Amino acid sequence: MAVEAANQPKIRWGELEDDAEDLDFLLPPKQVFGPDQNGVKKVVEYKFNEEGNKVKITTTTRIRKLANARLSKGAVERRSWPKFGDAVHEDVGARLTMVSTEEILLERPRAPGSKQDEAKASGDSLAQIGKAGAVLMVCRTCGKKGDHWTSKCPFKDLAQPSETFVDRPPSREAPATGAGSQKSAYVPPSMRGGAAERGSGGGTEMRRRNEENSVRVTNLSEDTREADLLELFRPFGHVSRVYVAIDQKTGMSRGFGFVNFVNREDAERAINKLNGYGYDNLILRVEWAAPRAT
Amino acid sequence: MRPILMKGHERPLTFLKYNRDGDLLFSCAKDHTPTVWFADNGERLGTYRGHNGAVWCCDVSRDSSRLITGSADQTAMLWDVQTGTQLYTFTFDSPARSVDFSVGDKLAVITTDPFMGLTSAIHVKCISRDPSDQIGESVLILKGPQGRINRAVWGPLNKTIISAGEDAVIRIWDVETGKILKESDKEIGHKKGITSLQKSVDGSHFITGSLDKSAKLWDIRTLTLIKNYTTERPVNAVTMSPLLNHVVLGGGQDASAVTTTDHRAGKFEAKFYDKILTEEIGGVKGHFGPINALAFNPDGKSFASGGEDGYVRLHHFDHDYFNIKI
Repeated sequence: MAVEAANQPKIRWGELEDDAEDLDFLLPPKQVFGPDQNGVKKVVEYKFNEEGNKVKITTTTRIRKLANARLSKGAVERRSWPKFGDAVHEDVGARLTMVSTEEILLERPRAPGSKQDEAKASGDSLAQIGKAGAVLMVCRTCGKKGDHWTSKCPFKDLAQPSETFVDRPPSREAPATGAGSQKSAYVPPSMRGGAAERGSGGGTEMRRRNEENSVRVTNLSEDTREADLLELFRPFGHVSRVYVAIDQKTGMSRGFGFVNFVNREDAERAINKLNGYGYDNLILRVEWAAPRAT
Repeated sequence: MRPILMKGHERPLTFLKYNRDGDLLFSCAKDHTPTVWFADNGERLGTYRGHNGAVWCCDVSRDSSRLITGSADQTAMLWDVQTGTQLYTFTFDSPARSVDFSVGDKLAVITTDPFMGLTSAIHVKCISRDPSDQIGESVLILKGPQGRINRAVWGPLNKTIISAGEDAVIRIWDVETGKILKESDKEIGHKKGITSLQKSVDGSHFITGSLDKSAKLWDIRTLTLIKNYTTERPVNAVTMSPLLNHVVLGGGQDASAVTTTDHRAGKFEAKFYDKILTEEIGGVKGHFGPINALAFNPDGKSFASGGEDGYVRLHHFDHDYFNIKI
């Protein structure tokens, strides 16, 4: 804590060296308050800084008595035992023990409390869905609403392959291809009936789910987990998916991830806000996930 | 935390042991000299010169005056802790693998490896108070199990001996009769060789670590399986915190896998597990090779790990370790 007390007239640098000591007597004496019953001690000092300004320095320290390390009598005695064996050569022994220059932490397998976080997130997104009355979670296999996602559908294996891989019913196809006799010949998907409308719709259903309002986040630190990203992006709106790329071999983050938003505007706001945001000592890069379905 | 690195050994570490007061740390390695260190700052106090082979195990008496070491040179030695002088040498016909003082330090159990046609054996020796009265005769010799016995420790009241080894079976022996009282069930027990065994502070349960990538917690009297901790690499060393409900597993890839896997994949961490929930709490990295030995300071505020890389790393926990919540 340093409070500038008074502005003194500028002193020329040539004189500064000589006058530094002389000026000290101008300063008020050092004051010590405490320590009080909480062990808080306050020391107020005054000095001149490099620019010749008088500075008041208040140092507040708390003195705390540490519990005495309980050492047994034997341990105290052993402390003074003379070295023996190879340890007698003191200079050799001194180099054997070093303190690691690296700070080693107990690395948690996941951020503490992340489990609960995810549960909460899914909880409130469900609640939100219920409130809005719009069911976002619709299974495309069995058509059930709000119960499970398509990928988790229990009838997945029983259902026919998704519609995009099945030719359109002939009733719609016939006018497009012109002749029913060509039906047996191979028609590339892009030439098939309804290709145009599908194209504008943004590819297959599956791709749409992954790419709609998808935001790519790069330059993530290695410690960033999905829960962290979720926490970072949740304030902008409802997030439907968070994914952080993990290296299969090392199990470490590869430094990028994707976040999908329910609403496009939210995603846009997130990009505007978080692109260039300093996160975990790195500058985030946030942009639309690359190739928008074309 | 900033661990203290102790580079006193030139070969891989095999065993670590704190004395009861927690001020001395004994380390054994495949080089021939067990070493004693001050456990607070890692300063070397002395070495015990005399063995002529890898030293596999050691134990220190309750009053920190005697040290017993078991070595591959087919001897087990009694040492004076303070001066490093040899007091007595037990000679065997095969390498001594594990040593353990009984409660009261009047007996010691020493296991020997199968060697040159001899089967493995568990020897019980009397330890006399005065080293000049020491005799080399075994009070009891237990034989039977196939394969190496990696660890044998005393059960409650010195009435039983618990042994575990390469055949993955844990046995409880009656010291009076020399008979097997209990054997661990093959179904629930370890599937591969057991590498380490550690008793809890109160001696009510113990933990075993195995090459089958798991550690198991057992009741010491009934030999019922209490908990199972699974990990993704072979477990070479296990220990339990005397202070918190934490279990630490150390291990690493097989030597053959080291060159074929990414070094960043590591797996050379000491893994902390919650003892009751069997859930992983975290890992402490640092070693360049598999961890062979782990020991917790009896005050529970620091632990030491010894690796294949020849280093002992002494970790004094930060404050926040004691407030970890899962």
